[in-house]
Amino acid sequence: MLQLTNLFKASYKSILKNRMRSLLTSLGIIIGVSAVIVMVGVGSGSQKRIAQEINALGDNMLIVFPSFSMRGGVNRGAGSFNRLTMKDAEAIREGAVLLKYVSAVVMSGGQVIGNGNNWSTSIQGVDPEYQHIRMWELVSGAFFSERDVRSRKKVAVLGQTVVENLFGNTDPVGQKIRIRNTPFKVIGVLKEKGQDARGQDQDDIILAPSTTVLVRLKGDRFINMINASAVTLDKIEKAQEEVSEILRREHKIEYGEEDDFMVANQTAITEMASETSRIMTKLLAAVAAVSLIVGGIGIMNIMLVSVTERTREIGIRMSVGARGSDILTQFLLEAVVLSLSGGIIGILLSMGIAFILNTWSDIRTVIEPMVVLLSFTFSGAVGVFFGFYPARKAARLNPIDALRHE
Amino acid sequence: MKPVIEIHEIKKTYHVGEIDVHALRGIQLTVEEGEFIAIMGASGSGKSTLMNLIGCLDEPTSGQYLLDGIDVSALSKNEYADIRNQKIGFVFQGFNLLPRTSALENVELPLFYDRTRRIENPQRAAGEALNQVGLADRMDHIPSQLSGGQQQRVAIARALVNQPSILLADEPTGNLDSRTSVEVMSVFQALNQLGMTILIVTHEDDISRYGRRIIRMRDGYIIGDVPVKNRLNADSVLASMKEEEPCCS
Repeated sequence: MLQLTNLFKASYKSILKNRMRSLLTSLGIIIGVSAVIVMVGVGSGSQKRIAQEINALGDNMLIVFPSFSMRGGVNRGAGSFNRLTMKDAEAIREGAVLLKYVSAVVMSGGQVIGNGNNWSTSIQGVDPEYQHIRMWELVSGAFFSERDVRSRKKVAVLGQTVVENLFGNTDPVGQKIRIRNTPFKVIGVLKEKGQDARGQDQDDIILAPSTTVLVRLKGDRFINMINASAVTLDKIEKAQEEVSEILRREHKIEYGEEDDFMVANQTAITEMASETSRIMTKLLAAVAAVSLIVGGIGIMNIMLVSVTERTREIGIRMSVGARGSDILTQFLLEAVVLSLSGGIIGILLSMGIAFILNTWSDIRTVIEPMVVLLSFTFSGAVGVFFGFYPARKAARLNPIDALRHE
Repeated sequence: MKPVIEIHEIKKTYHVGEIDVHALRGIQLTVEEGEFIAIMGASGSGKSTLMNLIGCLDEPTSGQYLLDGIDVSALSKNEYADIRNQKIGFVFQGFNLLPRTSALENVELPLFYDRTRRIENPQRAAGEALNQVGLADRMDHIPSQLSGGQQQRVAIARALVNQPSILLADEPTGNLDSRTSVEVMSVFQALNQLGMTILIVTHEDDISRYGRRIIRMRDGYIIGDVPVKNRLNADSVLASMKEEEPCCS
């Protein structure tokens, strides 16, 4: 083999001599590489955002839902559905050592009137610890207390959206509002949280004592769910088991019978949500990888044309002593240099696109170094793979025939 | 005198479809160091085929060919390439320079493929070769910026740069007007004067008279092999041309 630097120089020169064509050839690779990087970047960006938003939901949060129960293979149906009560929440609060906060959650909704305006919103009955579980901060007033819950006091804490729609810019603390014709006193205002991962406005909410909502607004026995915080993140699964045990005892579920409730934890929800976007990312990457291969075929096409067009040049090189292997290496190097420089430009382009997306749009893009490395390597491999056939074709030419080629 | 080329009973047959074309039907030839031979013949006489075989661009169907005492007919493709690189300088009718490549780089090309690296400074060697053909001031020009005669002189410089044993030229003046033809022949004569063995193929009687020996071919055979009588001197022909056309120099 000749000095590789010499052959590299020859390839480099011939690429520069056909600037426009080289650029167009590389374009396939440029688009392919930048598509892979940006697509995967968008995918993992949204994955990270979802994870972050779910983590922002609460502090090591556990959620207990009621679920259908089966006894002896018979689904007991709707009557068995809403099986969580205040007693259950109380039992968990009393019994669980791995939980730091516990709150019953009673969901309701309806028309709210205040300050001469009205607004339809969701009303959640919760316990004071709910504030810490969901990491709500107050901008004004105070959260209700344990005593307010026990005495079913008609007090409410308003979310920003509700405040804006009823009171505009004035501070509503101390004002009266009517929720479904029941008068409540506003004692606090929540700090703005914005939209959640599904695009729902988290500030369109009124929080009131769980007992008040359950008894005075809904007139019901069953609560919708129980939220709790584990003491630490790594205890979250142990806490889950603990809650299960307490509830099975409480519901008198015998060994071997199924739970009539479900305990989910925040990390599990996070994983579920990011699984979807992970599949999406893979799909996008696959589509982008196809475009890389198409780019490779473009290189092969141009190299084949180039071999035909430069048959005379090959003949000249052979007549002054180039071996077949020298010609092979030169054309192969040309293909690889084309695809690798396409790869580099593609990487730079994808960085530019990621920057533009992050700066001027809602789409968050995270460029993964691993993906950059992979697509760069892949573009080189594309060059070798698709450059080999035309290069071998060139190397096999007979010098006389090559020289006679017009 | 030591023989540079010894050819015994060389035959070359091409297969065109189902027809066999016998381009060479048994050639016997010995060329000694320092000779200047013109091979003549009508088209189809086999002169170019013979030239390509001598230049190791093509392989004979049968027969033996010794170049500098080495039996070339037994060599592999790669060894053929190396022989072309080390021992042969080839000049073509159509110049065959790399387009969009400077004269200097064109001349450097054979050194680029020289695996022995016997020439230490390829760029200087290429410069010297260009100087030898009188193009020292055109080194950076690309072929399209040069006249036909200048291009052919670049091609001669390229053929010289590897210090070959023989210089082969296939119709070197075929694409040139009469005046530049003589200029090119003057370069060949000067090189021969310095001891270079030269073979040219031509169908022009005038051109053949710049050599020392004429070989005539017909139908794949050598039919005549005579020394040149009334040898022309390119430099004096050029001088007389200037006298005839003072307006156009």
